[in-house]
Amino acid sequence: MVTEAASRPPHDLPGLDPRFSRVTAVPGSGLDAGLTRDWHYLDTGDELARLGVPVAGTILAVHGNPTWSYYWRELLTQSVQAAEAEAGAGDGSGATAPAWRIIAVDQLDMGFSERTGIHRPLAQRVADLTAFTDALSLDGPVISLGHDWGGVVSLGWAVDHPEQLSGVMLLNTAVHHETGKPIPAPLRLARARGMLAASTVRTPAFLETTLALTSEPLDPTVKDAYRAPYRTAARRGGIGGFVADIPVDAQHESYNELDRIATAVAKIDLPALMLWGPRDPIFSDYYLDDLIERLPHANVHRFERAGHLVAEDVPYAESVLTWLGDNAASLANPGSASPSPREALAAASASADADDSSFVPLWRNLDERADDTTTAVIDMSTRGQRGPQQVSWRQLSDRVSQIAAGLTAIGVTKGQRVSLLVPPGPTLTAVVYACLRIGAIIVVADAGLGVKGLTRAVRGSWPDFIIGEAPGLTAARTLGWPGVRISTAKLPKVSAATLGVSYSLRDLITLGADTPLPAEPRSGDDAAILFTSGSTGPAKGVVYRHGQLSALRDVLARHFDVTADTGLVTGFAPFALLGPALGTRSVTPAMDVSSPRTLTARAVAAAVEASGGSMVFLSPASILNVVATAGDLTAHDRSELERVRTFLSTGAPIGAELLASAATIMPNATPHSPYGMTECLLVTDITLDGIRAAAGGAHTGVCVGKPIGENRIRISALDSDGAATGTPSTEPVVLGEIIVSAPHLKDHYDRLWLTDRAAARETAVDTDDVDAPTAPDVPSARWHRTGDVGHLDELGRLWVEGRLPHVIVTATGPIAPVGAEQDVEGVAAVRRAAVVGVGPHKLRQAVAVVETISPTRKPGLADPELTAAIRASTTLPLVAVLAVPQLPTDIRHNSKIDRTRLSEWAERLLAGGKPTAP
Amino acid sequence: MIVLVTGASGFLGRAVAAEAVAAGHDVRTLQRRPSGVDGVTDFLGSITDPENVATAMEGVEGVIHLAAKVSLAGDPHAFHAVNVEGTQLVLAAAEAAGVSRFVQVSSPSVAHAGSALAGVGAEPASPEHARSEYARTKAQAELLALASDSDRMRVVAIRPHLVWGPGDTQLVGRIVDRARRGRLPLLNGGTALIDTTYVDNAASGILAALHRADVAHGKAYVLTNGEPRPVADILAGICLASGVQPPRWSVPAAVGRTAGSLVERVWAVRPGVDEPPMTRFLAEQLSTAHWFDQRDIREALDWSPAVSIDEGLRRLARHER
Repeated sequence: MVTEAASRPPHDLPGLDPRFSRVTAVPGSGLDAGLTRDWHYLDTGDELARLGVPVAGTILAVHGNPTWSYYWRELLTQSVQAAEAEAGAGDGSGATAPAWRIIAVDQLDMGFSERTGIHRPLAQRVADLTAFTDALSLDGPVISLGHDWGGVVSLGWAVDHPEQLSGVMLLNTAVHHETGKPIPAPLRLARARGMLAASTVRTPAFLETTLALTSEPLDPTVKDAYRAPYRTAARRGGIGGFVADIPVDAQHESYNELDRIATAVAKIDLPALMLWGPRDPIFSDYYLDDLIERLPHANVHRFERAGHLVAEDVPYAESVLTWLGDNAASLANPGSASPSPREALAAASASADADDSSFVPLWRNLDERADDTTTAVIDMSTRGQRGPQQVSWRQLSDRVSQIAAGLTAIGVTKGQRVSLLVPPGPTLTAVVYACLRIGAIIVVADAGLGVKGLTRAVRGSWPDFIIGEAPGLTAARTLGWPGVRISTAKLPKVSAATLGVSYSLRDLITLGADTPLPAEPRSGDDAAILFTSGSTGPAKGVVYRHGQLSALRDVLARHFDVTADTGLVTGFAPFALLGPALGTRSVTPAMDVSSPRTLTARAVAAAVEASGGSMVFLSPASILNVVATAGDLTAHDRSELERVRTFLSTGAPIGAELLASAATIMPNATPHSPYGMTECLLVTDITLDGIRAAAGGAHTGVCVGKPIGENRIRISALDSDGAATGTPSTEPVVLGEIIVSAPHLKDHYDRLWLTDRAAARETAVDTDDVDAPTAPDVPSARWHRTGDVGHLDELGRLWVEGRLPHVIVTATGPIAPVGAEQDVEGVAAVRRAAVVGVGPHKLRQAVAVVETISPTRKPGLADPELTAAIRASTTLPLVAVLAVPQLPTDIRHNSKIDRTRLSEWAERLLAGGKPTAP
Repeated sequence: MIVLVTGASGFLGRAVAAEAVAAGHDVRTLQRRPSGVDGVTDFLGSITDPENVATAMEGVEGVIHLAAKVSLAGDPHAFHAVNVEGTQLVLAAAEAAGVSRFVQVSSPSVAHAGSALAGVGAEPASPEHARSEYARTKAQAELLALASDSDRMRVVAIRPHLVWGPGDTQLVGRIVDRARRGRLPLLNGGTALIDTTYVDNAASGILAALHRADVAHGKAYVLTNGEPRPVADILAGICLASGVQPPRWSVPAAVGRTAGSLVERVWAVRPGVDEPPMTRFLAEQLSTAHWFDQRDIREALDWSPAVSIDEGLRRLARHER
């Protein structure tokens, strides 16, 4: 390798302020003992001094391979800007809040630091960094920050300086690689004999490949800036050195050092932040999962669309500054947090345990009715050829215990994640209760997410085990989903091998025959992660603790008066699964459970007859078909349906007419239409009579009734910018974001720290709020911003008026679309309507887009008569009325119109664009 | 206040002069033909004649300058003589006469080229980007006027967009005439959102600019009804109010623009009595969005339009019948 002195980067690199650039001589250590090495680094210290801003401490940022300190430019710039704003605002008005000095090094042989000509294994690099901070006489608190292999080096420094360290921040990195597991393919290729020097040093291939690992191509000038210190083969020696230093096995010279660091990291009890780009062929979710195990208290945010160079893909600097602000006190005084982050994590689960006395786990009925031979679950669905399957309480209880023991026998432990790719039915029910019983966290994704969404959900939650049927396991195999694979049915050896299936459920039962069950999980332990479709962006994993699931069961039982004799008829999975927990029979009617539209009225009647059920759950899509097939009902069917007392529409609110027509086939049932979301499955409830009573008044939107049980609702008013900034309140007729609190509210989002933060943002209620909890830390004080907008009326009923992103911010203020849509749908010729905005923010104009009863052939302006009728139907000024053959419907929300897409389409058309279909 | 309105024989000029009379001002007008407005003193003459201008300007306190050569194509020199040199003359005479308020009636085309405009404000006038001789010379005139803004004489520029109403021969007249002859195509189905201004609103807004010149001076404002509508809606509304079948046929916008550009060139060489059937400028106006941010003008002038588009169309229909 070649030697070369340190130098300075060019002055005109995009986004890099050359004032931050420094070169300093550092007395070497280890291999460099007795030598002096010149380091190039970026430093905001002088700039903070010039601004007169006090310094809280230092963030020591270490780049990876093959980047350089340029990677951190945005953080340097933004932190100085924030300090400048703070200094400006602080003029004469008291003390200025301290800022963090950022020092971003170029590691030796990298960036513009000295080319040493010496191979530098990991232990040397960790020693180098210490030599550097010693030379700078760096004192005060230090937060380590690293990306890629810089993450390892920064953590090496971190564990070696426990007295100074006050926190750790990591972007796509790894500290541990399981022995025997192959390293990621791109690195294998780069390391192959003969390839190493060629790909990393002689040609810029490795550098170029890395620069292509962003979700959007990097700006060419930025790419060039990354190339700047690596123009010649002589200057790229360090890149090859780093790749050669990846410890592929225990014999590697850096293995022990990596192991030392990995072990010590697991003891760090300081604030930690991980920002991750999962689209990384090298540092995949596998390594994130490993790091979370070592730092379980870390704030973790996975940016679904970001890649390896996460800092180039997402606004990471804002996230870092936010996190510094959130943790300011404890970061400024290393280790001062009381309780410590790890203690706080334990306390959070324990505080949820505090009401353990009243906690009745979901599986309690299975224990108590272990000898009960009456029927617990009936599956009449059309999947099997064997006809209806009946499972008694005793059989279910036995099966749950057997599977629980089997899972334990193969090493499934409390806190591990088990992804369930099993359709609703007795098998799913047994597996769910078995996992819950042993404290394994079930990961349940709605099949409606599609393959792409499912892959995201499964990879994002990184399950340790996957239980599925052949189709699910095939997907797991071909799409490279993680986890040990378990098949529900015994597969032929060849298929099992092909699918990489390790066990069948039958194997588990055999293996677990002598395995005792572990201690029961407690109410504060995580129980489930549910993925359902979001109306914006990728699906989010919603984490529930055991206590919250039990609370859901209890609120359902209390509000709808469910007893052992009730009997549930449902094709809707979440509630079907609650049957055993509620202690009552549940039956899945004859239908294809993955397609609600296949449910007929006769199948409902047969299910009621078979189960003696008096409570029926139907999704909006299945209600349509049940109503359509009501003519086939026999007199006998009708008399069976007379025993139904309660009927629930579970899904998006449906109109009174549809609800009423479903009610005619269940003449003694009270129809209900509850409102909820994945994060809080039951928020409010309204009956058909309630809907009718609410109709015709002055309120706009969909009336979804009053909060159920102890649930509470507040409205955070929208400001003129359309942002929900209002103090949460119960004041009627104020349009704002709907905020909910409930005992069965989700605990948090999985690995989405920023989303969690936003959902719980400023949910503190008014101090004179009569319902405000006296103790802010009681579990029921958890609030959630739903992203829905609406208002409360004088009677405390909630009216939903759409989604926050669909609010139209006009020059006169924000307008929610649903009210005007209802007006427009009142026009005789209109089948469905969406009201969307066009034009710039705060100057949006409302446009109605309609599907007409006699469908139009081409999308375009509605004819003048219809336009006039629609304009007259609503008080909202409509700049245009467009008619389309079909409104685009959000695939993730069967019945919901994709207003975002529609708005973009209308914007193009009304700017004079070609009349295409929306 | 003694107010001079130039160009008061035109469609908008008459409305402004009448509005000024109704507001209680002592109104004079300056143009070649009698204004036909009750209660005003007509000074007949040309704004390109220094003597005519000086005579009309004697003792005047407020000027509303509308006189201009308005057409979609024609001899560049004629535009320059009236719109630039004429405005220069009027401004100089006003300053000499001690006029304290000056409203320059301009046009949104002074700042906006062919691309779609959605909710924009009044950008600075830009003669170099103008797409017609009219727009270019009006842009120069507006820059001259705003450069004359001073403590002694407060200058405001108002750019009404597509003014229409009963008695309008410019826009309504041409639309109805062409629709009658089947020569009014919709470009791309006529979906582009455009702002228009009912004439009474334009007049009241311009008077408001005169009254609020002390607050609003030194700036240009686009003035519209604040009710953007698809082109086809407006054309259909105007045609129906005038008892004519609205346009039904649509041509792709690109074809319309190319045809317009060709016709424009031919017309420039052999000017006829009528305007060309389609100019490139008009094609752009009718195929891309043109609507504006009205928050600034409404606040600066403490004004809002009193007549909605629907009410305007009803008045147009009553007038045509």
